[in-house]
Amino acid sequence: MKNNRKLRLTKTSRTNFLTYLMVIVAFVVLNSMSNAGMLKSALQGQLVPICAYVTMALALNLTVGVLGELSLGHAGFMSVGAFAGAVAASAMRDAVAAEPVRLAIALVIGAAFAALAGVLVGIPVLRLNGDYLAIVTLAFGEIIKSIINNLYIGVDARGLHASFVQNTIALGDGGRMILSGPMGIPGVTKISTFTAGFILIMVTLVVIFNLVNSRSGRAIMALRDNRIAAESVGINVTKYKMMAFVTSAALAGAAGALFALGQNTIIASKFDFNQSILILVFVVLGGQGRMWGSIIAAAALTVLPELLREFADYRMLVYAIVLILVMLLTNNPTLKGFFEGLAAKVKKSEKGA
Amino acid sequence: MKKMIALLLALVMVFALVACGAKTETTETTETTEETATATAYKLGGVGPLTGGAAIYGNAAVNGAKIAVDEINALGGDIQFELNYQDDAHDAEKSVNAYNTLKDWGMQLFLGSVTSAPGVATSVEAQADNMFYLTPSASSTDVLGGVANPLTGTVDIERKANVFQLCFMDPNQGSASAQYIADKDLGENIAIIYKNDDVYSTGIYNSFIAKAEELGLNIVSTTTFTTDSQTDFSVQIADAKDNGADLVFLPMYYDAASLILTQANAIGYAPTFFGVDGMDGILTVEGFDTALAEGVILLTPFSADAEDEATVNFVTTYEAQFGETPNQFAADAYDCVYAIYAALQQAGATVDMTASELCDLLVATFTGGEFSYDGLTGAGMTWDETGAVTKAPKGMIIENGVYVGLD
Repeated sequence: MKNNRKLRLTKTSRTNFLTYLMVIVAFVVLNSMSNAGMLKSALQGQLVPICAYVTMALALNLTVGVLGELSLGHAGFMSVGAFAGAVAASAMRDAVAAEPVRLAIALVIGAAFAALAGVLVGIPVLRLNGDYLAIVTLAFGEIIKSIINNLYIGVDARGLHASFVQNTIALGDGGRMILSGPMGIPGVTKISTFTAGFILIMVTLVVIFNLVNSRSGRAIMALRDNRIAAESVGINVTKYKMMAFVTSAALAGAAGALFALGQNTIIASKFDFNQSILILVFVVLGGQGRMWGSIIAAAALTVLPELLREFADYRMLVYAIVLILVMLLTNNPTLKGFFEGLAAKVKKSEKGA
Repeated sequence: MKKMIALLLALVMVFALVACGAKTETTETTETTEETATATAYKLGGVGPLTGGAAIYGNAAVNGAKIAVDEINALGGDIQFELNYQDDAHDAEKSVNAYNTLKDWGMQLFLGSVTSAPGVATSVEAQADNMFYLTPSASSTDVLGGVANPLTGTVDIERKANVFQLCFMDPNQGSASAQYIADKDLGENIAIIYKNDDVYSTGIYNSFIAKAEELGLNIVSTTTFTTDSQTDFSVQIADAKDNGADLVFLPMYYDAASLILTQANAIGYAPTFFGVDGMDGILTVEGFDTALAEGVILLTPFSADAEDEATVNFVTTYEAQFGETPNQFAADAYDCVYAIYAALQQAGATVDMTASELCDLLVATFTGGEFSYDGLTGAGMTWDETGAVTKAPKGMIIENGVYVGLD
């Protein structure tokens, strides 16, 4: 029995270790290629969004795969983080000159605001059972979109000014509007870097792996597997659900801030229902609860539409078909059996030799 | 077994598509080699929504630009163009990807983005690369930068020196509309319905109310809608009607406007409707009773029914090639290509120049004060350091299903 547990532990930590290694190797290879000027501009420009989407997929996987709750509004948390982070970075433009410091502060602020939103959504909803979280997060995403579409924020020497629905801000000398309702933030200064994105992914992985492998993590997974059994042994349902959900929201907020600060302009309608579903697709394709799967799926599906540009008008059709194919192939028992058999044969022949 | 069949079918589809894609690709390359046979061509790139909800604008722009490029190449002069449009699905993030793809292709001159939000994103990239940027229809002030916000009076974005617009800037349209309504005394009580999650609509609205206040226009009703709610306008129309508005200002695209006209008619409300250039195209909406558009006034730089030779030629070619009537996006893109063509000639540019050298040359030509261009969307267009175009808006009224000049 004891032996068994030890074996299982080593297996998860080996997977975790390989996940870290995969991210590090990918970063080192891409970064050195980028420094050597070997990357095409098209891929070069996508490095930061890829990091943001990977982090988003990891964050959502914590909710969907580990906690076992469906969130259809994770783009909402991304949006909160994106706008909070970008407004903060813009307001600090003169106060904090060093870009990496400004970026780090913006990420933390983005994460904090998204966590706050996560708490507000979670308090009433996580006490309920069933599919309520899916519905409420769906509504949450739409509400956030509406709020930001009606929010005006400007900055001048006296500090930040905000107004809602109508732009009634009077700015002093040297003032400027940061967020103009439906126009979003048209003047984002790009400060996100690939290195920052890599660090964010690593931090996300550390947070998620440590949470999952902790006592709390086991409680969370027990809730996922059988809520009644978990409750009967004294696990506080709401507390552990909140823990996972708010962590997930905070990470999504940080990803949003990284994404926004890697763009020239962001508008609220970017973070719509489709965006939430896109991230859910990353998670489902990569495998629920499988972090390395989410990383690969998010990176691949972000790059894929750009690689398919030569198909011109058929591009999105090909994209959809590739998606269906991958889903079918990865879940096909015949093929799985075939590959497993192949792997076993290779192992056997290795042993024989 | 069923699954295997499904898989097989999917595989067959992919291969069929790959074959199709490859085929179109080869024809494209042969086309370009033919074009480049006479002289090496300038690589002209553009980004627009070729798929998704805004695809009608992007495709119209591509078609318009294509006609201009074909015409110029047929002249066989020193200046030849090779055109490449990439899809951005009306998304700022994808537009930057599209721009980068064009850069990898070796683009020398950039026709910018077709729509506003992506236009803001690509203009920043083009500024960083010093790539000449002339957009046919991204009308937001944030594309150019350096324009004061009509509500707060602050300059929120610095001027991007190499970015120019061929269309009217949103604030110009809003203030021109208010001015026009006041000058012609078109309405006593004015209602406004605008789309408050749209850059274009909000931009025009903001400058309209700023100007209306200045002119003392009486605004009795202001209502909004969003992308998600643009199918039912009963609340907005009822509000305008109850407040006794005799003129309704509709700063929006024609798809939403056509629904407003239909629904206003259904409750027997018939004020004067006043639109801006996005209203152009309302007569071509499928299933829309054009009788409802009788008496609608719009400010637009282009009218497909104009009788001058250039417009007639363009409309005939467009209809023959694409089977539909061109809208202002097509005309704007057509003008963009010709404006660049004229500027290249005047500046004496050569095709072996880099994008950055061409950019410096064209910016100097555009802002030099001696460059002027006559096109479909206006005669004697000029540009200055602000990047905005100077041309006269035309007031049109719809009578018997065609535009008639109001002046």
